[in-house]
Amino acid sequence: MVRCDLFLRGPMKNPEVLFPSDATSSAGARLAVEVRNASVVYETADSPVHALENIDLDIREGEFIALIGPSGCGKTTLMRVIADLEKISAGRVLVNGVTPHEARLARAYGYVFQAPALFPWRTVLGNVTLPLQIQGYSRAQSRTVALEHLARVGLTGFESKYPWQLSGGMQQRVSIARALSFEPRILMMDEPFGALDEITRDRLNEQLQQLWQRERRTVVFVTHSIAEAAYLATRIVVMSPRPGRIIKVIESPLPDERHLGMRDSAVFIEVAHALREALAEGHHD
Amino acid sequence: MKRATQWTVMLVAGCLAGGLVLMQFSPAGGEEASPAFWLATFVLALFAVQSIRRMAALDSGRVYGTLTAALFGVWVIFFWQLLVVAFDVPKVLLPPPSLILQSMSSHGPTLWGDFVQTVLKAVLIGWTLGSGMGFVVAVAIDRLPFLQRGLLPLASLTSTIPLVAVAPIAVMWFGFEWQSKAAVVVLMTFFPMLVSTLAGLKAAGRLERELMHSYAASYGRTLLALRLPAALPFIFGALKVNATLALIGAIVAEFFGSPTSGLGFRISTEASRMNMPLVWGAIVVAAVTGSLAYAVLVQLERRAAFWHPSVRES
Amino acid sequence: MTKVVVRGPIARWSQQGLPVLVILLAVLLVWYLGAWLLNAPGAIERVLPQDGAWRWQDLLAATMEMQRPVLPAPHQVLQDFWSALVDWPLDSPRNLLFHVAVTAESTLWGFVMGTLLGLVLSVCIVHSRTLDRALLPWIVASQTVPVLAIAPIVLVLLGSLGFAGVAPKAVIAMYLCFFPVTVAMVQGLRSPQRIETEMLHTYAATRWQALWLLRLPAALPFLFPALRVGIAAGLVGAMVAELPTGAQAGLGARLLTGSYYGNTVQIWSALVMSALLGLTLTTAVAGIERLVLRHRSQA
Repeated sequence: MVRCDLFLRGPMKNPEVLFPSDATSSAGARLAVEVRNASVVYETADSPVHALENIDLDIREGEFIALIGPSGCGKTTLMRVIADLEKISAGRVLVNGVTPHEARLARAYGYVFQAPALFPWRTVLGNVTLPLQIQGYSRAQSRTVALEHLARVGLTGFESKYPWQLSGGMQQRVSIARALSFEPRILMMDEPFGALDEITRDRLNEQLQQLWQRERRTVVFVTHSIAEAAYLATRIVVMSPRPGRIIKVIESPLPDERHLGMRDSAVFIEVAHALREALAEGHHD
Repeated sequence: MKRATQWTVMLVAGCLAGGLVLMQFSPAGGEEASPAFWLATFVLALFAVQSIRRMAALDSGRVYGTLTAALFGVWVIFFWQLLVVAFDVPKVLLPPPSLILQSMSSHGPTLWGDFVQTVLKAVLIGWTLGSGMGFVVAVAIDRLPFLQRGLLPLASLTSTIPLVAVAPIAVMWFGFEWQSKAAVVVLMTFFPMLVSTLAGLKAAGRLERELMHSYAASYGRTLLALRLPAALPFIFGALKVNATLALIGAIVAEFFGSPTSGLGFRISTEASRMNMPLVWGAIVVAAVTGSLAYAVLVQLERRAAFWHPSVRES
Repeated sequence: MTKVVVRGPIARWSQQGLPVLVILLAVLLVWYLGAWLLNAPGAIERVLPQDGAWRWQDLLAATMEMQRPVLPAPHQVLQDFWSALVDWPLDSPRNLLFHVAVTAESTLWGFVMGTLLGLVLSVCIVHSRTLDRALLPWIVASQTVPVLAIAPIVLVLLGSLGFAGVAPKAVIAMYLCFFPVTVAMVQGLRSPQRIETEMLHTYAATRWQALWLLRLPAALPFLFPALRVGIAAGLVGAMVAELPTGAQAGLGARLLTGSYYGNTVQIWSALVMSALLGLTLTTAVAGIERLVLRHRSQA
């Protein structure tokens, strides 16, 4: 007998998986992501491409991690591996103490892509309720939750609009609201503001910062921009290409509560300088 | 700009009025037309061309564009009527529009019977069945890339061969009635629908598919929420193409043999009897059916695929 | 989610050629099965001994070699096809190639005329606002209308004016090719972007130069798919045009005579031949497309 509800809804959340007992590091805080000696190798016609080589990284809960580096350094690959969008060739990755595959089935994270990836045949509200519907929320419940999250990104009043009626920045905000709607433990963002102009970008950076301050979710954020990484992150991971590896991890001395004005402060400029140096180091290798 | 519009409207109205007046003076029943008549006709023709040009030159959008085409059509029919009567063209060659309309109304029940036989039975049932089967097979082999790679080249191949040629075989298997014509239509509409649906199922973007993957959505869920809606523009494209193919297929299949009714049957038999007005009448019915069916599908597409850039722009 | 596959010629064949082969074999199998099943009643009634003294092997053999089968077996079709090609001299009406030549002649004449007419008219439409607004909507709308239905009228008209033979059939093929070519060419001639037309404008290029240097080359990728559609449509038109005039020569005529005399195998041979003709014509057009567009990169 075919289980039609499983066909439509997929596997249900398993609460056990979200709170495993042994995922703590020596520092005492829970580990959201644990990467040990991970490598990703692609076989091509010419020679194998080492997208990632021997990556070791711990991400504690509540941290805002920025992955920064030039094109081809593997930052997106690393995030996709954590998100179970790609497989590692060697090593181990644990998300909330389980494999990325299990974490994905347990809906442990929300993913924001470089493009909004909104469904044009659904309204803004319809797009935000999409993951909720898949997870089996009732109609009324999904609507309420979605409206709340749209309010958090400042898009109240736009529920019945269609994606093409919104600007690029607004579409990305909808995408963020959608990623957060089912309250995942981890938020993964792959250069979400890359296609926007600088002014919009600054505004969205500020909004994202405030959102994170309020909710203290674990965020993994891939970016090209030094200023963005320095402004948003509590810890910045600098990577370099060929093969993709981590050069340096910089703990940000900036306080948790930030505003855009900080970008002219001496501390900020120091952080940016340190990042620039680390990037140059990787470039010359 | 408003001035130009006013002048153009006046010019058009004047020409049309002049045309109606000229019509009253046209010779009837074989009498010779006076030179004055020919001169007036020539002058009117010049004015008609000018009216079309002025209308086309108007800058405004779709309304005037459609009106220009309509005006062109009106003038064509007008001069057809006028010249055919004035030149006393034999009715077997080219009947005037008035005679065609007359024939259509006097043979109304016959034409209605033909319409039911061809369109409501053969075309509609064949189109629904063929398109439906094409869709179902496409969804069924969606997860079988081996079969897709095998069927797609063969399906594209069938668009190059004259599928109506199976009509005699269909008659042999299904009899002379509408079922054999419907069978031909099913064959003609199946492959375009199959190819388009398969293409449509691949149309969902990579990011959107990865999004559903990140939600751990099942295959069925992804199909219903993402891939089928994304495929709708392709599916409607095929449905529109199939509508035309179905009508052609049914009519031509009837050329190959049909018992007593059907639009194709009517056209071929009345043509061999030189009963041209009725032939034209049947063609008018077929043409109007084709255009209406297409228009209906365009409206349905507007409802279902309203979000697609191609539909939004129109 | 990322897969990188090393491709050699054998791997490519097994990717693309093998599935098609498997499907073709499956079709052949189903065909034989169908022949057995559909011909069985007729075989039992007419061919096999009436007293029931036959085995299933006899039934199988009988269904594969019937004179008037419901569904001829593939090898029967092949045999008749081959004999129709080689058993008779080329100018005999019993030779299939004779009929192919008749149909192909009308199709090709119609195709060439229709394409030329379409090209000329599309250039005129693109350069004249009047034609664009007044005529183009009718041409576009005519694609939804079964234009082939006019064929009998055209035949009667041209017949009473004294035209017979290839001419009326070519005219029908012509206007079937004309519509897709015109619509596609108009789209193609208008495809260059604003940037490109404005650049030519800064060179003070005349309209003819702009046509020759920019619009026509830009229109070619639109033209060829329409040519493929056009020649397939022209073939159908030529075959349909052969029906009313007593069905004397051509593949369409052969289909009709086959169905009048109940000669099933002849119908199937004619069907296979017309499919081959359609395939050949379309492949020829695709070949010309490859040749003309060979220097262009694939988008």
